[in-house]
Amino acid sequence: MSFFFGTLTLSALMHGPIETVGQLAVVFGVLLGIGVISYFKAWSWLFKEWFTSLDAKKIGIMYIVLSMVMLARGFIDALMLRGQQAIAVGADTGFLSANHFAQIFSAHGVIMIFFVAMPFMFGFLNIIIPLQIGARDVAYPLLNSISFWLTAAGAMLINLSLVVGEFAAAGWLAYPPLSELQYSPGVGIDYYIWALQIAGIGTLLSGINLLVTIIKMRAPGMRLMRMPVFVWTAFGSMSLVIFAFPILTVTLAMLGLDRYLGMHFFTTNLGGNAMLYVNLIWSWGHPEVYILALPAFGIFSEIVPVFSQKRLFGYTSMVVATLSIVVLSFMVWLHHFFTMGAGADVNAFFGIMTMVIAIPTGVKIFNWLFTMFRGRIIFTTPMLWFMGFLVTFTIGGMAGVLMAIPGADFELHNSLFLVAHFHTMIIGGVLFNFFAGFTYWFPKVFGFTLNERLGRYAFWLWILGYCLAFIPLYVLGIMGMTRRLDYVDPNSGWHILLVVVAVGACVIGLALLCQALQIIVSIAQRKKRAVGGDPWNGRTLEWATHSPPPVYNFARIPHVHGRDAWWQTKEANASEGSSLKAIEYEDIELPRNTSVGLFIAGFAFFCGFALIWHIWWLAIVSVLGVMLTVIIRSFAEDIEYTIPALEVAKMEADLARTHTL
Amino acid sequence: MNEHQHTSIAKKDLTDDKVVFGLWIYILSDCVLFAGLFATYAVQHTALFGGPAPSDIFSLSGALVETLVLLTSSFTCGLAVLAAYKNKKALTLLALAATVLLGATFVGMEYIEFSRLVAAGHSWQQSAFLSSFFTLVGTHGLHVSLGLLWMLVLMAHIYLRGIQTSTTRKLLAFSIFWHFLDIIWIFIFTFVYLFGLM
Repeated sequence: MSFFFGTLTLSALMHGPIETVGQLAVVFGVLLGIGVISYFKAWSWLFKEWFTSLDAKKIGIMYIVLSMVMLARGFIDALMLRGQQAIAVGADTGFLSANHFAQIFSAHGVIMIFFVAMPFMFGFLNIIIPLQIGARDVAYPLLNSISFWLTAAGAMLINLSLVVGEFAAAGWLAYPPLSELQYSPGVGIDYYIWALQIAGIGTLLSGINLLVTIIKMRAPGMRLMRMPVFVWTAFGSMSLVIFAFPILTVTLAMLGLDRYLGMHFFTTNLGGNAMLYVNLIWSWGHPEVYILALPAFGIFSEIVPVFSQKRLFGYTSMVVATLSIVVLSFMVWLHHFFTMGAGADVNAFFGIMTMVIAIPTGVKIFNWLFTMFRGRIIFTTPMLWFMGFLVTFTIGGMAGVLMAIPGADFELHNSLFLVAHFHTMIIGGVLFNFFAGFTYWFPKVFGFTLNERLGRYAFWLWILGYCLAFIPLYVLGIMGMTRRLDYVDPNSGWHILLVVVAVGACVIGLALLCQALQIIVSIAQRKKRAVGGDPWNGRTLEWATHSPPPVYNFARIPHVHGRDAWWQTKEANASEGSSLKAIEYEDIELPRNTSVGLFIAGFAFFCGFALIWHIWWLAIVSVLGVMLTVIIRSFAEDIEYTIPALEVAKMEADLARTHTL
Repeated sequence: MNEHQHTSIAKKDLTDDKVVFGLWIYILSDCVLFAGLFATYAVQHTALFGGPAPSDIFSLSGALVETLVLLTSSFTCGLAVLAAYKNKKALTLLALAATVLLGATFVGMEYIEFSRLVAAGHSWQQSAFLSSFFTLVGTHGLHVSLGLLWMLVLMAHIYLRGIQTSTTRKLLAFSIFWHFLDIIWIFIFTFVYLFGLM
C-alpha cells in the first residue's frame, strides 16, 4: 500500500475478457460524450445553462436524463443475466463466471432502484411540484442542485467500478456476513457503500427540500385539501424519505465501520449480529418501495381524470389512503425475512400488517376505476400505460398478498416467485407510471407532444415482453428455482422457461428502442407537434402557464379557490368571459446560477473514490474541500437577480405571440 | 395580490422562516439517524464476548461533568440568541465564545475518555458492545465538533455583518441544532451511562 495511491495498483484495471468489454464500453462511452460535446462546442453552454442552473425544471430534466442513461446500463445488465441463464445448459456454463454474474445482479438491482427509479421520480417532482402548487421554485434552489449532483456522483462511482476494480457481489442489499471484509475482501462492497452513501445524502437533502416546498411555498388559497393528489403523494413520499433514508445512512455507515475500523456490528465473531443489519436495511427498504410507488400512483391520479374528462373520484379517500400507506409502510419490514425465525407471533403480526397495507392501495385502484366510470375516456398512450399498470400491478399485488402468509412465504422465500413479484410491482407499479407521466408532461416541459404511434408500439412491446419475461418466473418459483442462479441442472426442466424469459428480455429491449426512437422522431417533428400551454385540457396549475414554462414559472402567482384550480379558472372564464384588462406585472427575484453544487459533489466523488482505495490524503483533502466550499458560499452576497416588471411583460408578450395559451 | 405577498414576507416572524423550518425537518431526520444508533446499542450492549461490561468502564462522575458542561453551553447559546434579539452584538459574540469554550471542553473530555478506554485495551474492536458504544457516543461527539466549526463561522458572520435578519436567522438555526445535540446527549447519559451503571 503506497501513500499516494493507497491500495490502487495497475492490476485494478486488468479484467477477464467479458469484463474488459464492459470496461471499454464505459471508457468509449465517456470519450464519445466528450467528443460530441466538444464537436458542437457545447461545453460553455452546458455549463452555463445546465450544470450550474438552479432552475428546478432544468435540474428535473437532468435527473431524468441521468435516469435514462442508467436505465440503459441496468438493462444491459439484465440482458446479460438472462442471456447467461438461457445459454448455460449442459456442458456449456455460459459466458459469465459465477463471481461476475453475482456482480451483475448486484449492480442491476442497485442501479435500477437508486439510479433509475429514484432520479426519474425526483425529475418529475422537481419539474411538476412547483408548477402544481403555483410556486416559482423549490424552497432551497442551491440545495436542489447539490442533491442532484450528489446523486450523479454516486452514479459515476458505480460506473467507475466497471473500469477500476470491481463491484459488489453480495446482492443489491449487501447482506452481511457475506459483505464483511472476511468474505468480500475486494473493493466491490466499498464501491457499493460509498456510491449509496453519497447518492443517499443527496436524496435526503432533496426530501427535506421538497417537503418544505410543499408545506411553505403553496400559492395563496391552495389549502392542503386543495392540493393536487400528485402533490399529496409527493408529500407522503418525501416524509418517508426523511424518516427512512437516515436509517440507510446509519446502516451502511456501520457496515463501513466493520470493514474499515474492524468493528463488530454484523461480523460473525465477537458479538456481531447479521440479522440486525437485515432488520435495519429493510426498515429503510420497505418504505423505499413506497417512496417510489406513491408519486407513481400520484401520476395516475393526475392522468386518469384528465383523459376521462371527469374530476377525480374520491379525492379525500385518495389522500387518506396515501397517508395510511405512509404510516403502514413502516410496520411491514419483517415480511422480507419471515424465515429469520422471529417466531409465529411476530410473523403473524407482520403478515397481517402486510395484508392491511393492501387495503389503501386497493382503495386507490377503485378510485381510478370509478373516475373512468361514465367518463369520456380518451385512449392516449398515458391511458394505455394506466391500463397496463392496472392489470400487471393487480397481479403483482395479489402475489404479494399470497407471500404475506408466513407459511406460504417459507416455500416462496428467495425463489423466482419473489423475483417475479417485485419486478411486477416495480415495473408495473412504478415504471409504467413514470412512462405515462413522461408522455403526459413532456409537452409541458418541451412545448411539443411525443409521437403517439411509436408510443403505442412501445407500450404493446412492453406488455408482451413483460409477460414473457416475468410470468414464467412465477412458474419457475413455484417449481422451486431459487433466485440468482447462473446455471441450472438440465434435469430440472427449468431451462426452457429461462429461454422464454430471455426472449422476453429481448422484447423489452425492442420496446426501449421504440421509446428512444419515439423521442428522436418527436424532436425531428417538433415544429409540427408544437402545442400551447394546455394541450390535454388539463385541470391543475401546471397547465396554466406556457409550455415550456418561463424561468419564473408564473408571471403572476395564481390565486386558488378550490381543487383543480386551472379547471375552475377555465370554467369561470367561460361563464364570465376572460377579463381583458391590462395585467400588472411585478419584479421577479430568482437565484443566480452557481457551480457550488458541482464543487461539493465533485469533492464527494473524490472522497468516495479515495475511501474505496484507502487513499487517505485525498479523502482528507476532499472533506476539507466540501467544508471550505460551504463556508465560502455562506459569505456569498448577491446570490439573486431581478427580472424587472417591464422585462417580464415583454417576455410574456413574446411567449403569447409564439404560443396560444 | 403582489403587494400583499410582499408585505407578508417582510413581516414574517423568524420562527416561521423557511430556512428555520427546514432545519427542524433536518433535525427530525437526524433524530432518526440517532434512533438507529440507539436501537443498535440496545441490541448489542449485552454482546460482551469476553470484553468489559458497561459497568466496568463507565465513570458516572465523568459523564455527569460532561452533561453539566454541555447543558451550560446550551444555556449560553440561548443567551446569545436573546442578546441578538436585543441587537447587542458584543454580548452575542461573548455568549457564543463561551459556548465554543464549553463545547470544546465537552469534546476534549470525550476524547480523553475514549483514549483511556483504547489505552486500557477496550477499543471498538474488542466486542460488539464497544463497537456500538463508540459509534453512538462518537457520532454525537462528531456532531458537536461540527457544531463548533459552524459556530466559529457564525461568529465571523456576526462580527463582519453585525446583527441583522440574515445573521439572526443563522444564529437561530444554529441554536436549534445545538439544543438538539443537548437532548440527544441527555438520552445517551440516561440510556448508556446511567442504565449501564445501574
